[in-house]
Amino acid sequence: MALSAEESGRLARLLSEHGERLTRRWTEIVATSLRGRLSQAELARQVQELHRSMIDAGENGLTDLSSEQGGELRAVLAELSRGRARQGFTATETAISVYALKDVLLELMEENHEGSALRDFVAFSGLIDQMGLFTFETYTRTRESLIADQAEQLLELSTPVVKIWEGVVAVPLVGTLDSARAQVVMERLLQTLVDTGSPYAIIDITGVPAVDTQVAQHILKTVVAARLMGADCIISGIRPQIAQTIVALGIEFGDIATKASLADALRQVLRLTGVETRRHQRRES
Amino acid sequence: MTAGVDLGRPQAQAIRSDEDVVRVRQLVRTFAVSARLSLVDQTKLVTAASELARNTLVYGGGGSAEVTVVEDDRRRGVRIVFADSGPGIPDIDLALTDGYTTGGGLGLGLSGARRLVDDFDIWTTVGEGTRITVTKWSR
Repeated sequence: MALSAEESGRLARLLSEHGERLTRRWTEIVATSLRGRLSQAELARQVQELHRSMIDAGENGLTDLSSEQGGELRAVLAELSRGRARQGFTATETAISVYALKDVLLELMEENHEGSALRDFVAFSGLIDQMGLFTFETYTRTRESLIADQAEQLLELSTPVVKIWEGVVAVPLVGTLDSARAQVVMERLLQTLVDTGSPYAIIDITGVPAVDTQVAQHILKTVVAARLMGADCIISGIRPQIAQTIVALGIEFGDIATKASLADALRQVLRLTGVETRRHQRRES
Repeated sequence: MTAGVDLGRPQAQAIRSDEDVVRVRQLVRTFAVSARLSLVDQTKLVTAASELARNTLVYGGGGSAEVTVVEDDRRRGVRIVFADSGPGIPDIDLALTDGYTTGGGLGLGLSGARRLVDDFDIWTTVGEGTRITVTKWSR
């Protein structure tokens, strides 16, 4: 319990009696910390909303933020910190929006000095601390969900399957090939093979920094799956250091065709399909 | 690339998730570059680290990796110590056999990692854990 029902009532009275001055000062302090990255009107609206829901909560005898009477106030705080997190403000900048109220209250209570002022201030502080922590938690949760979303988007982005010739699709792999990505790559490749009716697939690993046994196993499984669907796979982009590492590790690619570059792999496929490639001597006119 | 990493001192990295395996790999690469290992040796060491870090995670139930730049009279190198307090390895010779696996992998991680580095030392006690020390020297 952060404060008693009487203290809560006194807080509500204090907040509503000095309403205008209090929100103005509160907005000022927060505006300084945000350094103009949020419009005055928007900020004033947020502070007023927070102010109003605090009065409501106080009048209803709020003793603890996590209690039933704190529901409305929590919703307002959550909306505020979600907004801040999405707009790229730091956790500190977000929490200051709440903690600034302490400075304002202190200024106010020093002027109207009453006997119980100190005790009240400590009690009010307790509630404001709870509000700050709640803001913090919501902020972190929002950021975490943003990061999770981005990771998912990245997974989608980083696994394109492209058709590079009639009947030939290529998968340029870039970065770390963990199990989740390997799964996405395999699904995409197999689906694209069906959609385009391609008998050939090239898996290019130029952008994979290290090929360890797990990566190799994922690639091998993908190749086997593609073969089951009747498509031939070529692995390209095997750089000298990767080749030496694969040999030392003892990984065997068996009868799977491998090439140093994507161009070599494409040339091989074209030869297999009977497409002739030759250079034209450019005629100077 | 080396920003924020003091390469003069050992750096430890906890291994608790797949992301940590990637972090170990990046840390080892940073050290390998600073110890002036060739590109081939860098790749070999990073790959060995990747195998051992994954073993630490999958079979050891998590642990840590500590990376240091080491020097003797003639050359520099990078040393990595992988430690876990997992179940240990009952039969090291069997575990170091190509193609032997208890986890559904290719069975080349441990034996392959040994071939990728210059010095390979393994300490393990059943029920207590496993500590593997590997070193790769510049040529």
